[in-house]
Amino acid sequence: MAGDEETPPALILHHLPNFKLSIFALLRSKYTVLDPLDDPPHPSFPELSNAARLMLCAGPTPVTAAVLDRYPALECVVGSSAGINHFDVAACRSRRIRITCAGDSFSDDVADYAVGLAIDVLRRVSAADRFVRAGSWPVRREYGLGSKVSGKRVGIVGLGSIGSRIAKRFESFGCSIAYTSTKKKPNIPYTFHANAARLASNTDILIVCCALTDETRHLINTEVMATLGNSGIIVNVGRGALVDEKALVEMLVSGEIGGAGLDVFEHEPRVPRELFALDNVVLSPHHAVLTPDSLGAIEDLLLANIEAFFSNQPLKAEVQLEFAS
Amino acid sequence: MDAIGVLMLCPMNNYLEQELDKRFNLFRYWTQPNQTEFLAQHADSIRAVVGNSTAGASADLIDALPKLEIVSNFSVGLDKIDLTRCKEKGVRVTNTPDVLTDDVADLAIGLMLAVLRRICQCDKYVRSGAWKLGDFRLTTKFSGKRVGIIGLGRIGLAVAERAEAFDCPVSYYSRSKKADTNYTYYGSVAELASNSDVLVVACALTPETTHVVNREVLDALGPKGVLINIGRGPHVDEAELVSALVEGRLGGAGLDVFEKEPQVPEELFGLENVVLLPHVASGTEETRIAMADLVLGNLEAHFSSKALLTPVV
Repeated sequence: MAGDEETPPALILHHLPNFKLSIFALLRSKYTVLDPLDDPPHPSFPELSNAARLMLCAGPTPVTAAVLDRYPALECVVGSSAGINHFDVAACRSRRIRITCAGDSFSDDVADYAVGLAIDVLRRVSAADRFVRAGSWPVRREYGLGSKVSGKRVGIVGLGSIGSRIAKRFESFGCSIAYTSTKKKPNIPYTFHANAARLASNTDILIVCCALTDETRHLINTEVMATLGNSGIIVNVGRGALVDEKALVEMLVSGEIGGAGLDVFEHEPRVPRELFALDNVVLSPHHAVLTPDSLGAIEDLLLANIEAFFSNQPLKAEVQLEFAS
Repeated sequence: MDAIGVLMLCPMNNYLEQELDKRFNLFRYWTQPNQTEFLAQHADSIRAVVGNSTAGASADLIDALPKLEIVSNFSVGLDKIDLTRCKEKGVRVTNTPDVLTDDVADLAIGLMLAVLRRICQCDKYVRSGAWKLGDFRLTTKFSGKRVGIIGLGRIGLAVAERAEAFDCPVSYYSRSKKADTNYTYYGSVAELASNSDVLVVACALTPETTHVVNREVLDALGPKGVLINIGRGPHVDEAELVSALVEGRLGGAGLDVFEKEPQVPEELFGLENVVLLPHVASGTEETRIAMADLVLGNLEAHFSSKALLTPVV
C-alpha cells in the first residue's frame, strides 16, 4: 500500500511547457512527481523514471512511441483529454499500456456549446451583435432574417457521450435526430445512416463530435459537404482534422454550404483568414470544454484514477484497447 | 376582394406586401408624404389596417378611418394597438400567435448560451487574429443552471421545455399559480430572481408589466445572474439595467429588445458580458411567411364573413 511506503509512488507528468493543470501542486504533495521539464531536474530522475509505472498526460500533449520508450516500466497513462488522437495507440497496445480519458466530464459543456453554435449560425447571433455594436441598427433599420432552428433535421456524426447529449438537447427543439457511427446502436430511437454522406443528405444541421482516428480523419470531405448543400450548416466541436478544412473554406466562400460553427481547426491556433469576412460562420478558439465545472470534474477524475491505479482499484473512463492475448 | 382598401403601416415583409397588393387595394402608409391628407382622402375606402410591433392602430388612426373593420397585426404583441378604442368602434383585431413561439424560445436559449459561454466574444477574438494556444479564459456552464421565467404563456412554456433538456430546474412568476405544471412558482418577480441564475422576460407588455424588471429585481438576480429579454424593451428599467451591468452588480444580459429601439445604450457596446440583438426573436424566413399567411388568412376570413383564424377582439 502507498501509505506503508517511505517514498510516495512515482508519477511522470507529461505536458507541454504552457499547459499546466491546477492539480500539479497537489500531486507534488502526494506523489514523487517526475517532470522532465523541471529545472533543475529531480535528482534521481533517471532511476525513478526507469521504474515509474504511471504517467499523467495533460491536455493534447503527444504521447508518441519515442515518449513511451523513455519509460520502460510504464503501465498506464491517465489522460485529461476527451479524445485520444494524440496517443500512439498502436504503441500503447503493443506494450499493453492502459489509457484513461476524460470520459464524460466535458460532455455537458461540449453539448451545450454545439447547440449554442448551431443557434448562433442559424439565427446569426454573433453577426447581429456586431451589427448592433457597430451602431448600424438606427442607420440600416432592418437586419436580415435568420433561419429557424426548431424542427430542423439534426445529423450527429458520432453518437457517444457528447453526441447523445446533443441529441437530447435538440429533441426539445422539436428537431428530428439522425446519426452515423461505426455501427448502429441498439435501443436508440434515432435514425441510423451507414455513412456521413448519407447522413448529410438527410440533414440540415450536421454536428461533428466523433473521436479523431485514422479512419475519421477528413471524414467530412467535399462529397459530404456537397450533399449537405447550401441550406445546411456544419458544427464542429470534435477535432479540426475531422473536416477537410480547405474544402470547407472553399465551399463556405462559394456558398455551396449554408454556414458553419467551428470550435476546432486543423492547424490550431491558425484559422483560415477567408472565414473572417463571413457572417454565416461563428469561430471559437477551442473553448467548448472550458468552464470551471468541466475542469473541476476532470481534475477530480484524474486524482481518482491516479489513486485507483496505485491501490489496484478499477480505473474510470478507461479506453478499451483490446489487447492481443 | 381587390376593391377592399387595406392600409399597411410600415414595411414589414416583402412576401406579405406582394400578396396584399395582389389580393387587395393596398395603400402603403409610409410612402405618403402627407399622411393626414392621405387619410382624409381615402377614409371611405380603407376597411383594414395591417400593423406590427413597431406601428399599430392608435386611437387617432382608428378615429380617422370610419370604415375600418379589422386590424390584422403582423406580430403577437398588441401593445401598439388601442384595443379599447377598437372594442368601442367594433373593430376586429387579430395577431399572429403560436407561429413565432418556437423562434422566440430558440433565441432565448441561444442568448443564454451566448452570454454564459461568451460565444460572441470568442468569435470576435478569433476574427481579430489574436488566438494563441494556451491563451484561454473560462466561461460559465449552462447545463443545470436555475432558469426563472417571467410569464409562463406559450413562449415561456417553450423556453421551459428547452431548458429542461439542459437539466435546468425551471421556476416561474405569473399573476397566479398555474395548475397544469410542476415548475416552481414564486409570487413575486424579486423572489423568482433571487432563486434564479438566468431570468427570462417572456410576458406580454401591459401597464402592470412595464418595468417589471427594476432595480430590486436586478439586485436579487445579482452579480452572477443573467437577464434575458426577448419580451419588450419597456419590461426592463433600462437605465437601471445599464448601471447594474456597468457597475458589475449583474452578471450579464442577453437583450433582443430595448426601450427606445433602434437606440441601444452605448454604455453596453464595450461590455463583454452582454449580447445585443436588433429585435430579431421572430426573425426567421420560415416564421415570417407563416405570420404573413396568418395576416392574409384573417383578412380573407373577415371579408368573406368566416370565423377569424386568430381573433383577439
